[in-house]
Order: sequence, then C-alpha cells, then structure tokens
Amino acid sequence: MAELQTRTEPVITVKNMVKKFGGFVANDNLNFEVFKGEIFGFLGANGAGKTTAIKILSGLSIPTSGEIKVAGFDVYTQTELIKRNIGYMSQKFSLYEDLTIKENFRFYAGVYRVPQKEIMPRMMDALAEVGLIKYKDRLISDLPLGWKQKLAFSIATFHNPGIVFLDEPTSGVDPVARRNFWEQIFKTVQKGTTVFVTTHYMDEAEYCNRVSIMDKGKIVALNSPNMLKAAYKVDNMFDLFLKIVR
Amino acid sequence: MRTIIYIIQKEFLQIFRDKFMGKAIFAIPIIQMVILVYAATFEIKHIDLLVVDRDGSSASTELINKFRGSTFFTVHKKQLTENEIKAVLDEGTVDLAMVIPQKFEASIHRDQNAKVQFLIDAVNGTAGELALAYCRATVMSYSKELLIEELGFTQGVVQAIKISSRYWFNPNMNYKIFMAPGILAILITVIAWFMTGMNLVKEKESGTIEQLNVSPIQKYQFILGKLIPFLIIGLFDLSFGLVLAKLLYNVPFVGSLSTLFLFTLIYLFAILGIGLFISTISNTQQQVLFVSFFFVMIFVLMSGLFTPVENMPRWGQVINWFNPLAYCSRVIRMVLLKGSNIHDIRFEMLIMFIYGIVTNTLAVWRYRKTS
Repeated sequence: MAELQTRTEPVITVKNMVKKFGGFVANDNLNFEVFKGEIFGFLGANGAGKTTAIKILSGLSIPTSGEIKVAGFDVYTQTELIKRNIGYMSQKFSLYEDLTIKENFRFYAGVYRVPQKEIMPRMMDALAEVGLIKYKDRLISDLPLGWKQKLAFSIATFHNPGIVFLDEPTSGVDPVARRNFWEQIFKTVQKGTTVFVTTHYMDEAEYCNRVSIMDKGKIVALNSPNMLKAAYKVDNMFDLFLKIVR
Repeated sequence: MRTIIYIIQKEFLQIFRDKFMGKAIFAIPIIQMVILVYAATFEIKHIDLLVVDRDGSSASTELINKFRGSTFFTVHKKQLTENEIKAVLDEGTVDLAMVIPQKFEASIHRDQNAKVQFLIDAVNGTAGELALAYCRATVMSYSKELLIEELGFTQGVVQAIKISSRYWFNPNMNYKIFMAPGILAILITVIAWFMTGMNLVKEKESGTIEQLNVSPIQKYQFILGKLIPFLIIGLFDLSFGLVLAKLLYNVPFVGSLSTLFLFTLIYLFAILGIGLFISTISNTQQQVLFVSFFFVMIFVLMSGLFTPVENMPRWGQVINWFNPLAYCSRVIRMVLLKGSNIHDIRFEMLIMFIYGIVTNTLAVWRYRKTS
C-alpha cells in the first residue's frame, strides 16, 4: 500500500479518550488522528476495546472523558450531525433478513435522505459493482454470508459518507470473500472516503495505510505497517502483533 | 416526513411477509368475536336441579312441575338422604338440590308456613346466586298461585305493588349485544399493544436497531414510524370486528361510527405508546411479553367487562382511572348501544389524549440512540 507521506487534514481527532463501564476501563486514554482518504486500522484481540472506540466515534456511545471530534463535530453534543456524515457497518449483521436486497437499499437510502429519484439508478450501479443485479429481489435471508457483507458495505456507503466505520466487517467469511471485500473498500477509498476499520485478522492489517495496535484498552503502537515491521524487526504483521502484545 | 414514510413502508412489508403476523391480523378478530362472545355470557341455562320429594303430595308434584316447565332447569328427581345429597353436590353432577320436606302439603293448608330447602354448589358464586334467584322466582310464582286459587286471595292483594322494569339500550337483556363491543375493545387493545411492543424489540434482538441508531433518523420519526402502521392495523381490526359484530350478533350501531373511530384513534395512540414504552425498556421479546401480560391482565379484569366497576372497592375504582381499557369498553358500548355523541364522551377522549401524550413522550424519551 502507498503510504501517506503528505498528510491531509484530520477528519477524526481523539485526545485523551477514556471510556469506563463501572470499574472497567475499556478505553484507557487513547490519542490519535485519522486523515482524510486513508484506511485506518484498529488491530487487537477480542476485548481489547476496539468496538468500544468505534461506537464512540460513530455516535452510538458517549465517552467518559476526552476531547473527540469526528468530521468536525463533537461526540458529546453533536452526535446527530456526526451520524449524517458517516457510514457504519457492524460485526452484528444489520440488513433486514426478511426484506429483499432492493427493499433494504430503498429503506436505508430513504433514511439517509438520498433523493427518491436517485435511489434506484444508484442501487443498480452499486449492485453492478458487486455483481448482484440479478438477485435484487431475493430475500437477504437466502443469501450467503459473503454476499451479505458486500451488500451491507454497499448500503453503509450508499449515501457517500465522508467517513465509514467498519467494525470487524469480515469476521466469519472465507479468505476469498475477504479479499473481494477489501477490493470493495479500496474502490471506496479512491472516491475520497476515509475508512476506519477494526479487525483481528493480521493479513488485513497489511491493507491499511496506518494501524494502531490495541491491548487491554490502550494503544500500544501506531504507524504504517511497514514502519512498524521495521521498528520491531519482524517481517509480517502476525509476528509483530505477538511481539507487541506479549 | 419522508423518513417516516420509508419506515412505515418497511414495517408493512415486514408484517405481511411474516407468515404468522399477516394472518393473525385477520384470524384473531374472527376467533375472538365468534368464541369469546358466546362463551363470555352471564346467562344460565340448563341448571341441573336435584329434587328430593319427601312429601309425595299433589302440592309437591305441582311445584316440581313448575320447575320442569321452565327452560332454565333440568330436573333430576331422586329419593336421597341428607348425606347422599351432599355427596351428589360434592361430585358436581348437579348444580343445586331442592328438598321438599314431609307434610309440605299439609302445612300449606294448616298454618301457611310451608318450607322448601335449597342446597347450592357455590364454588362459582355468581352462577350459584343466579341459580338460586331463578329458583326463588319459580317458588314465589307457585306460592302466588296457591294464595289465589286455594286461599281465595284476589290478584290485587297478592300483588300490592307490581314492579315493572324495562331495560333501556338493551331491551331484551341480550348478553351478546353487551359482550360483543367489550370483546372488540379487548381485541384491538391486545393486537395493537403486543404487535408494536414485539416489533420494536425484535429490531433490538436482530441488531438492526444499531444500524438505525447510527443513522440520521430522529427519535420522534422512529417512534411515529413504529406507531402509525399499528394504528392503521388497529383501526382496520376495529372495522373488521364491527362487521363481524353486526353479521353474527346484529349488534345495533345506534351512535355514529365516525365518533367511534375518532375515539379509537385516540385510544390506540395511548395503547401503542404503552407498547412502545415497554419495548424501549426491554431487551428481549420475552421481557415485553411478560410485562405486557401483567398489565393487560389487570386492565382486562378491571375494565368493567366482566364485573361492574361500581362493585369494586373505592381504591379499585381509583386504579381504574389509569386503565385505558375501562374507558374504551365504556365508550364503545356507549356509542354503539346508547348512541352517545362526541359531547357525551368528551371526558373519555380528553383523558385518552393526555394518556397518549404521556406514554408516547415516555417512549421517545426512553428510546436512546446514544447510550
């Protein structure tokens, strides 16, 4: 992946972000910036605090303390403005199983205020991109998981958000489907969208411009994959991860 | 506004695609209107009456024939001892027993103080009391005949005061006409309440709620989008139930139907608010069901459908101020049977409107897009 040498303006700024659930500290003083047009990865084991962080950034959860801005808006007071400017796809599957592909597109596009006339033509374009046009009247429940994930991503980015948050989008699918999914992500980034993705697959970390590695609620490393590998003298992300987290 | 329409469209697609729900909307009214109206009646027919005639006189036979001639009683005549009667009542094969003592006829002629004894199975108190009332009326009528025929009293003396009663608004005391509107009230309540409650929490269970929470849908849009489809279904089931009430029981529509629909619209607004509020505080369909059952049970039993509200203790009547079903069953009966107009039910409408504002505000307030 090409590394971002010339930094554009930050679209997410996080300063001293803390989130506590009772006595448990899920996010312990996180600091980072995400720049426009990059793929920013959050890497960590289950329970490291990735989902907590992504929920705060997408306006689903209010942090305990810290200064956080997403797309220029404050996460305490402007969550609804954030929501208009982002896309979100979670590990828990979010399309309506009892609706068809077309009905899901129409509903979510309507909710995001895509003009009515544009919905159907743009849906056909999006379906053409993932090669599913002829299945547009199939129920989601009848589709394989890999297709559902592609569709969920298409829908999450249908209203052309500036930032899209992906929370472990590829968990549970085979390597080929995962690779296809990432092709879809690259196309979206080329249009200027910023992608914030959490994963626990090390090969996916290689696809990111920059990754931050989380462990027990803290960010323990943050840089481009190549810089990290060089700094820790390892030749792949898997070894890197083991070295850092242990 | 457009957002709300998109939500409503999605809800209707899901409701009618659901194999069970789509049919339940039609099936529940039919089943409830047919079965419950017939079953939930206070009328008592075919009371099994055990007669023990220890006198065997013409007077006792005449009295027994009075009972035989009535459609209310099925007479079983047997010679049993006191203990045997008790055993038969315990078994439950008869509802009550009448014992005509020895010298019944003789005492009529001698000291005019003849006695018959009734023994009642009062496990079902209401039914027992009614059965005894029928018996008393039958014996009294026989007693009157005796006074006139045997002892030479005139009709005027026997009936110094004659009570003449006429039942207004339900002249034939037809219980079905009384019950059908009440069952209809329960019907729309249960359908609207449970369908909306289950619907919202289903989105929580499937995880789609998170996708909505991260979208720019506003809270009031979400609640209205969830409320309006079930408001429409509730009003549809009211129309459907009214048609059934007319066809099956010929329930009179004395008042105006537009008044009834206007009230039901406001009433459903209140009920749906309760359903939505419960589902915003619940995480699973089980929780919604459990909490809803608790309240629906109280609301139905206290609504005055099965027992008169006036008979409840004072505190019970106070609780009923907060029972929407009590207002609904009262108004449906008032409008259909009595012909009450908007002015007559303005108080009930106002209360239900306030109720709806409160429950829906609670639902919007408690629904959290950001936790």
